[in-house]
Amino acid sequence: MIRLEKRPQPSRAWTVATPILAVALTMVAGGLMFAALGKDPVEAIRTIFWDPLFNEQFASYSRPQLLVKAGPLVLIAIGLSLGFRAGIWNIGAEGQYIMGALAGAGVALALYPLEAWFLFPLMVIAGALGGWAWAMIPALLKTRFRTNEILVSLLLVYVAEQILASMSLGLMRNPEGGGFPGSRNLQQYPAAANPELIAGTGMHWGVVAGFIAVITAYILLNRHMLGFQIRLTGQSPRAARFAGVNPNALVLFCLGTSGALAGLAGLFEVAGPAGQISIDFNQGYGFTAIIVAFLGRLHPVGILLAGLLMALTYIGGELAQFMLGIPAAAIQAFQGMLLFFLLGVDVLSNYNIRLGRREVA
Amino acid sequence: MNRRTLLASAALALGLAGTALAQDKTKVGFVFVGPIGDGGWTYEHNEGRLAVEEHFGDAVETVYQESVPEGADAERVLTQMALSGADLIFTTSFGYMDPTINVAAKFPDVKFEHATGYKRADNVGTYSARFYEGRAVQGHIAGKMTESNIIGYIASFPIPEVIRGINSAYIHAKKVNPDVQFKVIWAYTWFDPAKEADAATALIEQGADVILQHTDSTAPQAAAEKAGNVYTFGQASDMAEYAPKPRISSIIDNWSPYYIDRVQAVIDGTWESDDTWDGIGAGMVKIGEISDAVPADVKAEAEAMIEAIASGAYHPFTGPLNKQDGTPWLAEGEVADDGTLLGMNFYVEGLTGEIPQ
Amino acid sequence: MDFGAINPVVLIASLMVASTPILLAAIGELVVEKSGVLNLGVEGMMITGAICGFAIAVETGSPALGFLAAMLGGAVLSLVFGVLTQVLMSNQVATGLALTLFGLGLSALIGQGYVGIKPPATDRLDLGPLSEIPVLGRILFSHDLIVYLSLALVAGVWAFLRYTRAGLILRAVGENHDAAHALGYHVVRIRLAAIAFGGACAGLGGAYLSLVRVPQWTEGMTAGAGWIALAIVVFASWRAGRVLLGAYLFGGVAVLQLNLQAAGLAVPVELLSASPYLVTILVLVIMSADRGRAAVAAPASLGRVFHAST
Repeated sequence: MIRLEKRPQPSRAWTVATPILAVALTMVAGGLMFAALGKDPVEAIRTIFWDPLFNEQFASYSRPQLLVKAGPLVLIAIGLSLGFRAGIWNIGAEGQYIMGALAGAGVALALYPLEAWFLFPLMVIAGALGGWAWAMIPALLKTRFRTNEILVSLLLVYVAEQILASMSLGLMRNPEGGGFPGSRNLQQYPAAANPELIAGTGMHWGVVAGFIAVITAYILLNRHMLGFQIRLTGQSPRAARFAGVNPNALVLFCLGTSGALAGLAGLFEVAGPAGQISIDFNQGYGFTAIIVAFLGRLHPVGILLAGLLMALTYIGGELAQFMLGIPAAAIQAFQGMLLFFLLGVDVLSNYNIRLGRREVA
Repeated sequence: MNRRTLLASAALALGLAGTALAQDKTKVGFVFVGPIGDGGWTYEHNEGRLAVEEHFGDAVETVYQESVPEGADAERVLTQMALSGADLIFTTSFGYMDPTINVAAKFPDVKFEHATGYKRADNVGTYSARFYEGRAVQGHIAGKMTESNIIGYIASFPIPEVIRGINSAYIHAKKVNPDVQFKVIWAYTWFDPAKEADAATALIEQGADVILQHTDSTAPQAAAEKAGNVYTFGQASDMAEYAPKPRISSIIDNWSPYYIDRVQAVIDGTWESDDTWDGIGAGMVKIGEISDAVPADVKAEAEAMIEAIASGAYHPFTGPLNKQDGTPWLAEGEVADDGTLLGMNFYVEGLTGEIPQ
Repeated sequence: MDFGAINPVVLIASLMVASTPILLAAIGELVVEKSGVLNLGVEGMMITGAICGFAIAVETGSPALGFLAAMLGGAVLSLVFGVLTQVLMSNQVATGLALTLFGLGLSALIGQGYVGIKPPATDRLDLGPLSEIPVLGRILFSHDLIVYLSLALVAGVWAFLRYTRAGLILRAVGENHDAAHALGYHVVRIRLAAIAFGGACAGLGGAYLSLVRVPQWTEGMTAGAGWIALAIVVFASWRAGRVLLGAYLFGGVAVLQLNLQAAGLAVPVELLSASPYLVTILVLVIMSADRGRAAVAAPASLGRVFHAST
C-alpha cells in the first residue's frame, strides 16, 4: 500500500529537484511522441531546449526574445501569486490584460498625434488603472455580496474580449488602415511607443516592470507585515482574523494588485511588441500566467524561472516547427505534457511517500 | 580546450554546414495565420507551398510555420526564419503587414511577399487575388438559380475585401434577376464552423435558397444539404465533397502559379518588389467545376462570363452603377479603378441594410 | 427590417440543435463541480471528443460508434486531470488549463488525416406522425437521437442528484470532503468517477459538433464552446434544470443574433454576445447576496485539494 503523508514543510531538496525531474520526464514522453511522428526525438528536444539559448545562428536573437515573451507572463503571474497565496482566486487576468491595453492605448489614440514626454507615463497609469478597475468588479462583488471571484473574474474575460472586438472594429480602428480592423500602430508613434531600451537585449519597459515586480514581491512576502498577512490568510483564514487581518481589505488589495499588474502587462505589450489593438490581440498570456504562477510554486524567484521556461518552450517550439517540420499541434501537446509533469511531480515536495500498511491512528 | 570552446566550435561547424547547404538550395519560408488543416485560407496557401516543392524538387527547400498570431509573435517567427537562411518568405495574412515591413528592414538580402497588404519596400512585395471576379460569376449563377429570390450571404468582417465581394455578387445577381434580394449576416469570424452553420441555418429559415459565404468552413454546405433544395458555393477551396448539390460551383484560391513564379524569380535573381493583384486571367482565382445541378444554359452563360473576365473584355464593376444612397458612382461604360475597389466601404444601389460601423 | 421572416417555431427548433454541444458539456461539468472539483479543461475534452468521434465514425462508417468513441476519448483525457488532481494533488485550476492546452494539441495531431472529409450522416429520429403535429412537432419531434439523449441526461442528472443515495453521497463529497471521508466514503474514487462522467459528456458534446452540427473536422473547431459550458454551470447555480435553461439561453442568444441580422436589423453584435455573461454575473450576485439561500450556491469544497490525513 502506497500512501502520502503531508510534510510539515515542503522539502527544499525536492522543490529544486522536481522541476528537473519533470523536464526529464517530458523529454522522454515528448521524445516518444516525436518519434511516433517520424521525427528524430533527440534533435527535436535539442531544438526546443538548446537551440534558443546556444544555437550559433539564432541564439543572439532568441535569447533576448525569451525576455520579451517571459516579461508579461512574469508580471501577471507575480500579481496573481499574491492572491493565490491568500486563497483569493483571480483567474480573469486575461480580461484585465485586455482592459489595461485598451485603456492605455485609448489614451494614446485619443491624444494622437501629440508628441509629449508625459504621454507614455500617462498611458502606463491608464493601463494599470484599466486592469485594476476590471479586477475591482469581482473584488467588490466578493466583499459586498460574497460572490465567488473565480467565476466572476473568468466571466469578465469574455466580456472584455467582446469589448476588444468592438473597439478594434469601431472606436479605435485606424482611420488610415483601409477599413481593416485594428488600431494605429503605436510602434510608429514615438511618444507612445514602448521600444527596446537597449538594442538587441529585448529589454523594454514591460520586462523592467517584471523584474521590479519580482523584487518587490520578494521583499513584500519576506520582510513586510502585509506579506505575512497574505501567507497567514492562505494557511489559516481563522488565525488570520484573530491576528487582526481585515479579509475584505486583503481581497481588495490582492485582486487590485493582480489586476493592475495584468493591465500594465497589456499596456506594455500593446505599446511595444504587439504594437496595436486588434481583434485577437490577447494571446492567452493571462491564462498561461496562472500556470506560470503555479509552476513557480507561487514564489517570486520560482515564477521568474517558470516564466523563462515557458518562454523557452514557445520559442524553441517555433524553431522546431520550421526547422524540423514538427506540426504546431505536437508542440502544443508537448507543452501540455510538460505542465502535467511539472504539476504532477510537485507532490514529492509536499508529501512523503510511505510504503506499507496504514498505522492505526 | 575547455568545454565551452568545444561547444562553440561544434556549433560553429554546424552553422557553417548550414550556410553551405543553404547556398545550393533556395530556401523559401511560409508563415500561416491558421493551421494548415483549416481546409480553407491557410490550407490553400499550404497547397501552394507543396506545389513549389513539387515543381522545383531538390533545388528548393520550403519551411513553414502555422498558427502564428499576428503581432509580436509574427515578428519573431519572421526574424528566426530569416536568420535560418531563408531567401524568400511569404507572409500570408493581412495582420502580418507591419511585422513584415519591420523584419524586412533588418534583412535587406531576404525577399518578402506579403499577402493582401498595401505596404511595400525594396525587398517587400505584395500580392492578392481579385476574388470579386469569382463573386461576379457566383452572383450570376445565384440570381438564375434562386426561386425564392432571396440570397443569403455569410460575411466575415466589414472590410473592403468582403464588401467588394457582396457588391460584385449582388450586381450580377440583380442583372439576371431584378427581384433578387440579399440577406447579409456578419459572422465576425473567418472561421468558426459552428457559428457558420448557425448563420446558414438562420438564412435558410428566412427563405434564402442560395447561400454565398465569405467564411472558410464547409459548415454552411452541410447545413444546406440538410435543408435540401438550397444551393451553395465552395469558398477558398473547392469543397467538392458537397458537389453536385448543394455545392454547384466554387471560388478556389490558387496560389501555386504565383508562388512558383516568384520562387523562380529569386532563383534567377530577377525578383523585384511589386504589387500583384491577379484574378481569373492569371489563374490566381479559379472557378470550381459548375455542377450538373445548374441548367446547361446558365452554365454556358457563366462560362462565357469567366471567359470574358479572363480575357479582360469584361470588368465586373462596369457602370452605370450607383452607390446605395443613390449617388452616382460609375457612369455608363466606366470601369472602377483599383484604388476605389481596394478601399471599398459602401454598398451599391439596391442592397439593403447597413455596413456595420 | 422584416421580423416576419423570423419564424419562432423554427427558431426554437434550431436553437435546440445549436445548444446541444454546450448543454452536454455543461451537464457533465455540473456533476464534476457537484463533487467538489473544478475542471477548467472542458474545451480540451470537447475537442478531443470531437476528433475521436469523427475519426471512428469515418473509419467504421457508424456515427453511433463514433459517439461512443468520443465519450471514451473525453473520459480518458479527463482521467489525466483526475489522476493529477486527485491522486497527485495538483492544483485544479492550473491542471485544468493545462488539460485544455494538451487537448487542443492532441486533437489536432490525431486529426491531421481527417481534414476535408465528410462524416457518415447521423439520421434524424423518425418519430412518424408525431413530427407532423403543428408547432410542437417541429420543436419536439424533429431531432436526432443525441438531442433527446441530452435532454434525458439533464433529467437523469437531476433525478440522480435529488433522489438517489449515490447522488446524495456525491453532493456530500462536494460540500465537505473531510466529513464525507470521516463517514467512510471514498472521496477520491467518487470524484474520479464524476470527472470521467464529465469527460464523457464533454466528449459527446464535441462529437455532436463534428458529426452533426457542423459536420466536419477542423482544428480548434470547438472555438470556445467549452468555456461557455463552464459559464452555464455557474449561471445554473449548480442545478440540473437550470443548466438546460442556461444552455438554451446562451445558444439562443447566438442564434437569435444571427436571425436578427438576417432579418435586416443592425444589431450591436458585441453587446449581444457579451450579454449572457453579464446576465450570469448578475445571477451570481443575486444568488450570493441572498444569504438565506446559501445552500444553492457553489459546492463548499469546490476546487479545494483533498488529502486524507487519517
